[in-house]
Amino acid sequence: MLTVGLNHFLVISAVLFSLGIYGIVTRKNAVMVLMGIELVLNSANINFVAFSHYGNFGLNGQAIALFVIVLAAAEAAIALAIVLNVYKTFAEVNVDEIDHLKE
Amino acid sequence: MSESLLINISIVILFLPLLGFTTVIFFGKKIPKLYMFEVAVLGLTLLLSIIVAYVKLSIYDTKDIIAAFTWISMGNAPALGGINIELGFKIDNITVIMLFVVNLISFLVHVFSIEYMRGDKRYTRYFAYLGIFTFSMLGIVLTHNLLMMYIFWELVGLSSYLLIGFWYEKKSASDAAKKAFIVNRIGDIGMFLGILILFTQYHTFTFDAIYEQIAAGNIPFGSNAWLTAAGILIFMGAVGKSAQFPLHVWLPDAMEGPTPVSALIHAATMVAAGVYLAVRIFVMLTADAMLVIAVVGAVTALVAATIALTQNDIKKVLAYSTVSQLGYMVMSIGVGAYAFAFFHLVTHAFFKACLFLGSGSVIHSMHHEQDIRNMGGLKKKMPITYYTFLISSLAISGVPLFSGFLSKDGILAGTLVFGKLTGHWLIPIIGFAVAGLTAFYMFRLVIMTFHGEPRDHHKYDHAHESPFVMAAPLVVLAVLSVFIWYTPNPINPSAGWVIGDWIKTPAQVTPLETRYEFMKPSSEAAKAEVHGEVIHSVEYTETMHWAHYPAMFLSLFLAGLGILVAFLFYQWKKLNADKLAEKLQGLYKFSLNKWFLDELYDLTAIAGTLRFSSILAWFDNTIVDGIVNGSATVTRFTSRMSNWFDTYIVDGAVNFSAFLSGFVGLSFRRLQTGKVQTYIVFVVFAIIILLMFFKPF
Amino acid sequence: MNLYDIIFYIFAAITILSALFVVTTRNIVHSAFFLLFTFFGVAGIYVLLGADFIAIAQIMVYVGGILILILFGVMLTNKITSVEIRTGTVQMIPATIGVVIFMAAVIAIMVMTNWKSEPGLIPLGTTKDLGHLLINDYVLIFELLGILLLIALIGAASIARREQE
Repeated sequence: MLTVGLNHFLVISAVLFSLGIYGIVTRKNAVMVLMGIELVLNSANINFVAFSHYGNFGLNGQAIALFVIVLAAAEAAIALAIVLNVYKTFAEVNVDEIDHLKE
Repeated sequence: MSESLLINISIVILFLPLLGFTTVIFFGKKIPKLYMFEVAVLGLTLLLSIIVAYVKLSIYDTKDIIAAFTWISMGNAPALGGINIELGFKIDNITVIMLFVVNLISFLVHVFSIEYMRGDKRYTRYFAYLGIFTFSMLGIVLTHNLLMMYIFWELVGLSSYLLIGFWYEKKSASDAAKKAFIVNRIGDIGMFLGILILFTQYHTFTFDAIYEQIAAGNIPFGSNAWLTAAGILIFMGAVGKSAQFPLHVWLPDAMEGPTPVSALIHAATMVAAGVYLAVRIFVMLTADAMLVIAVVGAVTALVAATIALTQNDIKKVLAYSTVSQLGYMVMSIGVGAYAFAFFHLVTHAFFKACLFLGSGSVIHSMHHEQDIRNMGGLKKKMPITYYTFLISSLAISGVPLFSGFLSKDGILAGTLVFGKLTGHWLIPIIGFAVAGLTAFYMFRLVIMTFHGEPRDHHKYDHAHESPFVMAAPLVVLAVLSVFIWYTPNPINPSAGWVIGDWIKTPAQVTPLETRYEFMKPSSEAAKAEVHGEVIHSVEYTETMHWAHYPAMFLSLFLAGLGILVAFLFYQWKKLNADKLAEKLQGLYKFSLNKWFLDELYDLTAIAGTLRFSSILAWFDNTIVDGIVNGSATVTRFTSRMSNWFDTYIVDGAVNFSAFLSGFVGLSFRRLQTGKVQTYIVFVVFAIIILLMFFKPF
Repeated sequence: MNLYDIIFYIFAAITILSALFVVTTRNIVHSAFFLLFTFFGVAGIYVLLGADFIAIAQIMVYVGGILILILFGVMLTNKITSVEIRTGTVQMIPATIGVVIFMAAVIAIMVMTNWKSEPGLIPLGTTKDLGHLLINDYVLIFELLGILLLIALIGAASIARREQE
């Protein structure tokens, strides 16, 4: 039970994923929401690498993990640009205040 | 130079004019002087075709170079076997000679047009059209299969339509363009059917593959009659394009196009295509088909020559002379004088182009006067035009030392042999008669235009020699009408390189029983030895030797007689043409009105079509419209019914559902907070519910 | 409990705990710093999984790039009047309940599924093989990602640029 196997990594990943979701849902600040998203992406990555290691897939999982990292970088850049723009437009970064979708 | 390089150069030759066309047509308006690009392109293709011709004729003299690739592969349906449709080039001696002829004349026409068409409002477009015309013709020349030939055949039809109707504001020009297009289509239907007969039997379009199968004894539907039919039907395409009787009517009308275009159409591109096709299918023609072809050619030659006697429009005379000469070539194929048919095609191309460009030069300087009764005395004003015109006229009349004599004499000797060996004496008689008529009407034209006193002084005073770019092509073409380019012996073409070395009559592939006696090889052994090159029977060779001098002297005599009569009538005024015309009024009218053929077509084919159309119109008006109107009434009734249904039932349902969804929407609106985070919470709960539901663990 | 396991537990604890702080602490700057530790922890886990190159990439990209970007985001979107930049939270109770149930469900799935796993060997170095993989099997994706990064670059610059007066 205590000897580390595939399940341990999966559990870490699941916890990290849940924490990310929690961050996304509860925090008001858009930047904090972004941090939650990063956590979620990291947990997915752990899964990829773990399966790559324990499953018989060669390095394919790692390659995809690498792609996810690149995607995350691109996503962060764009998301922060959007946040800056939102801030300029509404003078506000709290996502719960920005509910123009409602109208 | 390797064979593949030769093929590559040929591909470049084919597509350069197309490049010129697209460039000029798309950018001609933006870039001034772009037409020079088209001219330069043609110059380049001319240069390349000279190289190709030189290499082919000197290195690969006896070898056909073929390059093909599979265009469409139609699998292997058991009933059909594998059908592979190939596109490709076949480069043999006649191909390269034609390449040179087409490109040279096209280039000279381009150069000539620079001055002739100056000031036209669609100047650049004109050059673009010349480009696509050349491209189409080169495609016909280079192809190794019937399909590609048919495609380019139709492209030639299209580009001739564009060029004949170039001045489409003139009704006569647009009518002439339509006429050329439609009349050609009639011939093309025959060609299409012929191609289909061959394709149905052999599943290939490639010439050589078809001929191989015929030579192996594989006849369409097992009957020689079908082979004859295929030959005649494909030849119908040539009847249309080469303006053979009875489809020759489009060609004189095509004079409505600009004069350099006439030169291009009548010397090198369009009408030559028909003869070229006949040359290509020569080996699969049966004796019956050849007889039909010979008769068609002879009739054409005679009809056109008699019409040309009385025409007064300088271009009309030349047009009918073209028809007549084409009749000669076709007749020549019909009598088996293959080499001389092609030789005449080449020599005729040069001197006829010269004549047309010369007439263009005259028309240009006379401010678009085309009636020779208003000309005269231009010899002094336009010496270059006069002398080149004279040389070409001597050539076409069959005077020794000029190219026309060589080829025409060969054809006449061929007909004479044919008459002697088969008993069809009418064909050589017509051939010789036409030779005399040709000499007469050509010199009538020369004398009326250039000799004597000017009849319209006002126009005469303004006449002037054409500038250099118009005169130079004339000189080039006139020089090429001299015998020395073809043979060192001015009375015996067989001593020269064109007939002696380059053009070899190919072996017939048709079954022996369908050939003329004289087309059969002397023995089975000989047949096996000389595969690829026909050796006529010993009898034929002997008769040919016998016919050489009689034919030559007879044709010389007739040409001299024709020229003499022309001088008597028009130069020395010893005889009065008008009085003779009055005496033979019936014949004169018959000739002047072109045998009333146009009227005959109007009365029969066109009136018949109109009649048929009016019957169809009646049918449309009463029966078809009746059905349509009836169905309209029914439709209106049913529409009323459905209208009521729509208004009360469907609309009611729609309104009710709209009300319902509005109500539901209002109630659920509260869930829509507009906050993404709330939605995510919903999503999380939804996933949880789904997990509970499916229990994946 | 050999050394490998011990190291795993240390890194797991770092990752989970700092992630917990990230999402719970009210100071946004602290959040960002705890995120740093989370990323380090994840990188450590990668190393334990034999993915050395990914681990380095994780540190380079996340810590060196994304985290800096996030800090810039924080700086640029908050009026820096006090050191403590606090942010509020919303819908704590439903979120907490939902996420806890969700986490339990996912962990249950992960643990109870009978994964067909075999203890993987730890390769000596993955960089070379990964490179081969990237320019052979995944070359299209690799190129597309390059384009994507370019687009992101241009897009970010274009979205965030100052309005022209």
